[in-house]
Amino acid sequence: MSMEEKQNFQTSQDFSQSLFKPKNRSDIVKIIKECYKKNIPLEIVGLKSKNTIGRNFQSEKTLDLSGYTGIIEYKPEELYIKVKAGTSIKEISSELEKHNQQLAFEPNDFGNIFLGKSNEGSIGGVVSCNFSGSRRFKVGSVRDHVLGFQGINGRGETIKSGGTVVKNVTGYDLSKLISGSFGTLTVLTELSIKVLPKPETSKTLIVNNPHLKKALDYLNLALSSSADPSGGVFYPEIFRKNFIFNDLTQEGALIGIRVEGPANSIEVRLDRLCKELGILKDEFSILEQKQSNIFWSKTRQLEVFSQLTGNLLRVVVPASETFNVIQKLKKYEINYFLDWGGSLIWLQLDKINIKMIREIKEIISNASGYFTVLKIEEDLKASIDIFTIDPVKYKISEKIKKSFDPKRIFNPGKMYSGV
Amino acid sequence: MPKVENSLLLKKDKIAADISRIISPENVLSHIDEIKPYETDGLTAYTQVPLLVALPETVKEVSEILKYCNENKIKVVPRGAGTGLSGGALPLADCVLLAMGKFNKILEIDYKNRCVVTQPCVTNLSITNAVQGNGFYYAPDPSSQIACSIGGNVAENSGGVHSLKYGATTNNILGIQVVLMDGTITTFGGKAMDSEGYDFLGLMTGSEGLLGVITEVTVKILKSPEVVKAALVGFPTIEDAGNCVAEIIAQGCIPAGMEIMDKALTKATNDYSKAGYPTDAEAMMIVEFDGTEHEVESYINKVKEIAEKNNSTSLKISKSNAERLKFWAGRKAAFPACGVLAPDYMCMDGSIPRGKLAEVLREITRLSKKYNLPVANAFHAGDGNLHPLIMFDANDKESLRKCEEFGAEILKYCVKVGGALTGEHGVGIEKRELMCDAFNNFDIQQQLTIKSALDPNSLLNPGKVYPILRKCAEEGRVHVHGGKTKFPDIPRF
Repeated sequence: MSMEEKQNFQTSQDFSQSLFKPKNRSDIVKIIKECYKKNIPLEIVGLKSKNTIGRNFQSEKTLDLSGYTGIIEYKPEELYIKVKAGTSIKEISSELEKHNQQLAFEPNDFGNIFLGKSNEGSIGGVVSCNFSGSRRFKVGSVRDHVLGFQGINGRGETIKSGGTVVKNVTGYDLSKLISGSFGTLTVLTELSIKVLPKPETSKTLIVNNPHLKKALDYLNLALSSSADPSGGVFYPEIFRKNFIFNDLTQEGALIGIRVEGPANSIEVRLDRLCKELGILKDEFSILEQKQSNIFWSKTRQLEVFSQLTGNLLRVVVPASETFNVIQKLKKYEINYFLDWGGSLIWLQLDKINIKMIREIKEIISNASGYFTVLKIEEDLKASIDIFTIDPVKYKISEKIKKSFDPKRIFNPGKMYSGV
Repeated sequence: MPKVENSLLLKKDKIAADISRIISPENVLSHIDEIKPYETDGLTAYTQVPLLVALPETVKEVSEILKYCNENKIKVVPRGAGTGLSGGALPLADCVLLAMGKFNKILEIDYKNRCVVTQPCVTNLSITNAVQGNGFYYAPDPSSQIACSIGGNVAENSGGVHSLKYGATTNNILGIQVVLMDGTITTFGGKAMDSEGYDFLGLMTGSEGLLGVITEVTVKILKSPEVVKAALVGFPTIEDAGNCVAEIIAQGCIPAGMEIMDKALTKATNDYSKAGYPTDAEAMMIVEFDGTEHEVESYINKVKEIAEKNNSTSLKISKSNAERLKFWAGRKAAFPACGVLAPDYMCMDGSIPRGKLAEVLREITRLSKKYNLPVANAFHAGDGNLHPLIMFDANDKESLRKCEEFGAEILKYCVKVGGALTGEHGVGIEKRELMCDAFNNFDIQQQLTIKSALDPNSLLNPGKVYPILRKCAEEGRVHVHGGKTKFPDIPRF
């Protein structure tokens, strides 16, 4: 750092502080360069809606990007929005709303679980975690909507990849790599995100009281139907009380299958679904748009776990394995609900210990799936793996980490020890 | 290309013998008559026979060959069906060409998880053929789908005309099995949606064979739509067509496919395939919707309205599937139609923001005059992928040189207006020297550091994608500016 740069640094950010909240990119670069030079590990945070996910790790300083916000460019007709990484999902969504567009990947709102109130987080955080909502099987995950990014690597160099167009195969697709990397590869500064029109209408078919096996059969049929649904969830009976709607009178478990699109196509598609599922009139109800939206927003906010006191695991398996996995998990005291047409299991356990975690991991790996520990008792956190990885991929991850962040200053150890 | 190691050329017989101990000797080709067919890929202007060709049959064989080559510092170029348009599978004189042709079986069709597990050299179209009986299909449909392999699709992140609605390869695969240069066999992803940890599946997709050799692919299959309808619309100006595209999207319609051709290409393809195109129109658009009947009906009506508002001069809606396919027949014959007009053509592949179409086409017209070479333009308007077809004569050195320069100027202009150098054909050798126009030093060096993390000796498909210039010490970084000549050691016509 030259003398002049040093002075600049001191005027904008005092390096002796433990929390940086930069408002411009040049400050971010300066902070990272200084940390690189001095080997200072940084914790990178945004709106802190889910920053507790991941392993505990030692960091000397915190880089808080919640002040680095703003919409840089929004082109509705080009279907993208370019924003600074700290921009809140809320701000982005309300801007898109003006043009009747949306973030189709429906990011989960983890605020209720971690903070006791809604907090949808920042776009940087959402991309870094790559947790996608109910439309996953239809529109892809968060990473499928990242068209390009700009970030600062661990050497303090500003790098970019991708752009604002949907088709781009110029060089390695680093937008994918940084999605779901939990802030361990780059400090994201700008993101170009694909946006999509809001569907004209949206309704939900509620099938009442199916048992798990039947529910999975229904969901499988629905996802293979030309009725083209955009959501498929199963809530066991215990959560029925969370879904008190005028149109719902039944008791017991329920599945919700969402159909979206032009108004005149919805009825026909719902009819077709009912026929294909072979359900009778007294077995289902239809949620009209308003109630349907509430239903899916409850799912997005994981509302059934909002009073969560125990532990929460996010489990992903091929849908064909879900039934067996749940059967095997039943010996523990679990609560769960299914999203993604049965592929995603939100799993809550009141009590957990290391032995159980190990057993659960085995059940899930044997089913070709994986799980992420989202919430766990603090004293257990240090002694279990939050993420699952095999030795080969660990080795590759180590190398990739090093290529971006050679001195391991970004969220070191947040995903895996040593990465 | 990278410097040829003469010592390797001299050891050809030994290398062939060594690899013959790993795989069946009949799968090692070294005689010029045997290896000649592998000298080029879809970018036929460049040819080079490899040192030898290896045709492994199992993952273990692939792994052992790579391990052997890594230990003996022998370059390896992987190859699928060899239909790539950017020279990604062009052999090097001192390389082992790893031809994956024997990996040609579909391994599993899993309707319950809506996926197909396949070997990499199965063609794109045969995946759809295998599942269409049950009403499913594989969405990405590059024009070469009858011949291109799914492994090649993954390596290039191939698109197709339906990319806006259904995405490219990267959005339609769930998992791959890969062999790294050191022989490590691993899988990224699987049948489950998403995988945890760094997204190596995403990194490998579109990495043009530089990071690993793909030995198995799990693709997502979709339920075939109930109805597909297309509209054929003529416009008096490119601007009108461009405005129409923008408005269709702004109004919330996402077509399955949306294509625009300029007057030159409309005429050429119509003459060639008698598709019934409005040849008097300055621009012609094919827009296609799929879904349930009501859904499609409602979108088509909206398009009608928007087209009229934007001065359309003709509008035809397909009344049957046969008519719809006829609409497409002309567009899909764009290449052979240009082949009739000139001895050779070069297909460029830039990406631009949809709204910049008129501006970019004006620039292309200007350049066409400057270089005195005719050009016809096809545009995947849905996803912004522009394919100018520059007509030239490859037997005339000057014509080829002008064509290349013309093409490079177009691509630089695409980048200038906010687009990309390549939308779906890949960088390969064709566009590598233009990478510095799209990326700065840090961008490229970050990518090169990833490459050297996985292939420290730079043996896997070297010379592709990234400019090759003098090396400096740290982490295999290269300077990307200054003192470069274009493809100095590639034979010129």
